[in-house]
Amino acid sequence: MRHTISLLVENKFGVLSRIAGLFSGRGYNIESLSVGETIDPQISTMTIVTSGDDQIIEQINKQLNKLIDVIKVIDMTELDHVEREMVLIKVTPKHENKAEVLRLAEIFRGRIVDSSQHTYTVEITGDEKKIEALIELLKPMGIKEFVRTGKIAIAREGTKKS
Amino acid sequence: MRGNYIFMKMTGAEIFVECLKREGVKHIFGYPGGVILNIFDLLYDDKDIQLILTRHEQGAVHAADGYARSTGKPGVVLVTSGPGATNTVTGLATASMDSIPIVVFSGQVPTMLIGNDAFQEADIVGISRPCTKYNYLAKDARDLSRIVRESFHVAMTGRPGPVLIDLPKDVTASKAEFTWPEITIRSYNPTYEGNKWMINQAAQLIAKSKKAVIVAGGGVILSGGARELKELAEITDIPVTMTLMGLGSFPGSHTLSLGMPGMHGTYYANKAIQESDLLIAVGMRFDDRVTGKIDAFAPHAKIIHIDIDPTSIRKNVRVDVPIVGDVKRVLMVLNKVLKEDIKEQWEAVRNAWLKQIDAWKKERPMTYTYSDEVIKPQFVVEKIYELTKGDAIISTEVGQNQMWAAQFYKFDKPRMWLTSGGLGTMGYGFPAAIGAQLAHPNKLVIDIAGDGSIQMNIQELATAVINKLPVKVAILNNHYLGMVRQWQELFFNERYSYTHLEVVPDFVKIAEAYGAVGLRAIKPSEVEPVLKEAFKIKKTVFMDFQVHWKEKVYPMVPAGAPIDQMLFEEQKEKTEKKLKAVK
Repeated sequence: MRHTISLLVENKFGVLSRIAGLFSGRGYNIESLSVGETIDPQISTMTIVTSGDDQIIEQINKQLNKLIDVIKVIDMTELDHVEREMVLIKVTPKHENKAEVLRLAEIFRGRIVDSSQHTYTVEITGDEKKIEALIELLKPMGIKEFVRTGKIAIAREGTKKS
Repeated sequence: MRGNYIFMKMTGAEIFVECLKREGVKHIFGYPGGVILNIFDLLYDDKDIQLILTRHEQGAVHAADGYARSTGKPGVVLVTSGPGATNTVTGLATASMDSIPIVVFSGQVPTMLIGNDAFQEADIVGISRPCTKYNYLAKDARDLSRIVRESFHVAMTGRPGPVLIDLPKDVTASKAEFTWPEITIRSYNPTYEGNKWMINQAAQLIAKSKKAVIVAGGGVILSGGARELKELAEITDIPVTMTLMGLGSFPGSHTLSLGMPGMHGTYYANKAIQESDLLIAVGMRFDDRVTGKIDAFAPHAKIIHIDIDPTSIRKNVRVDVPIVGDVKRVLMVLNKVLKEDIKEQWEAVRNAWLKQIDAWKKERPMTYTYSDEVIKPQFVVEKIYELTKGDAIISTEVGQNQMWAAQFYKFDKPRMWLTSGGLGTMGYGFPAAIGAQLAHPNKLVIDIAGDGSIQMNIQELATAVINKLPVKVAILNNHYLGMVRQWQELFFNERYSYTHLEVVPDFVKIAEAYGAVGLRAIKPSEVEPVLKEAFKIKKTVFMDFQVHWKEKVYPMVPAGAPIDQMLFEEQKEKTEKKLKAVK
């Protein structure tokens, strides 16, 4: 099963490598990873999406906790939480599809952040389903390139384990 | 000039040496080189710290490891950058797998050159990351005392392990004020106290069980919990099997001892585990050499698992009662609960089980076929045990020598047994024995070696001789990489692919060339006189025991088989046919 794990870590060099090394060394999979400073510049937050059976996820959580630079491990999947990811999609629509791209971007509350004679770059933020849906719709019009930030997640306030 | 120039400033190297003294370091194992000279220069006339110059950095780390295992104190290593640092990697990985507290300080090129592929530069922090508990790159002399303090703290607490600190040359040269800060690491808080509710659950299970077995590992020794373990076994009348790392955690000569379990374990230990209704795993981690085929391991047993490292629990086997905590403290509480709250008539409960175990012990005792024509390696180990009365520190190399030592030497006390259990590092035993001998100058320290392994760090003969460390090395010389040869014989159609080492070198002459003493035994009758003479001599001694080349370690569980499917020595295969093959 897929899990979104949020980590609070010391914001110092080598930490990312320790975490990446833990996953690669033990054969765990990282589906996405995003890192950023928190409000306290000495602490970073990392959001890792990984998958595995219950035993593997338990090991991942424990192994992460064991790393000395990791301050806190939260398995978001066990909590009611909000997940978001941002994607930039460069589309190359034929002339007759250009309006459709704009329309889709609007429906999905995306924005056009760059345009050229033959391309539009759409920015979209949302959860996985929404992003996958837009990508599916844009595919037939020709996606030249897309980049995604990786997921970030935050627990909803005042809720308990679901 | 700023105001602070009036404070005493020290160089990074001076700060470093002062820190080591405050950590109580008396001995360092090391090897000098360009970028670490600032520190070596200070040690030249230092009265409090003695540096043991090894002949290879790997030897230095294993020596520090043997020092740590035999004393419980951290072993300290000082090496230079580049190859000096990379040579420590095997030693770090060895210590990491066996949870041994050592602290390795490596020189590094000046910070401004890091990343430039400078001469003797290696990214040792990156290289050692997966085989250390933690590591540091000191970038500023002002951070040095904190880093040194933290590194000793991290190495020694929780589940112990090796720590590496990389020291760039400019950091040891630059000046800073000496401080000795209290340290707190907010993200590092090992759990020492076991959960009381879980401990009660464990006590209930123990009370209910009819066929319980304790499996004791290296964690018992690391936590200093051998006394508590013995108490647990004795109040509840539960037999104890000790893993390779756990030998000495429970007296091997005790009636409740089952010896070692697993691949080369005793018949009765494996039988007991497989038939048990309750396994009490204490400070061990269910290594594949212990469990054999995991799905068929202890099929009827509930499992109580006590370990300080939460990742050890439920990593390999299902666990019914997990208890995260320090073995000693958990056992103290558990014993109290068992004594006060559960007033079981233990003897009556266990009677049938202990009888069954006795029957297994009689059915297949740990034994071998003696010969008076050729030396059996087990005979050498047995004689060593007999002559030392179990009161020697024994280190081993890796392979058959290690298994025979584990099978035929009974360890009654912790910290007398030094062996590379997890990583299985050939070349570990001799330098480890040197480290242990340095810490225990009046004890008999014996490395039980093979002719393959001993050659992996044979250069440390110089270290032993020069430092007048009377380490004894008993080489069980079968002219083969015996354990691999054994696998080839049993599973690869006797195709001895690259395992024959020929009759090279002459170990007696090698020992003599280094200024040590070399002795040789060819016939079984010479074994005891050679050992007696070696133990009498106050010098480093190599003993070359020309043992039967075809002798195998039995019993044996083939890799991946359940642990009760054991191979035993074929009685009919022995003597004549085999003996004729000996050259």
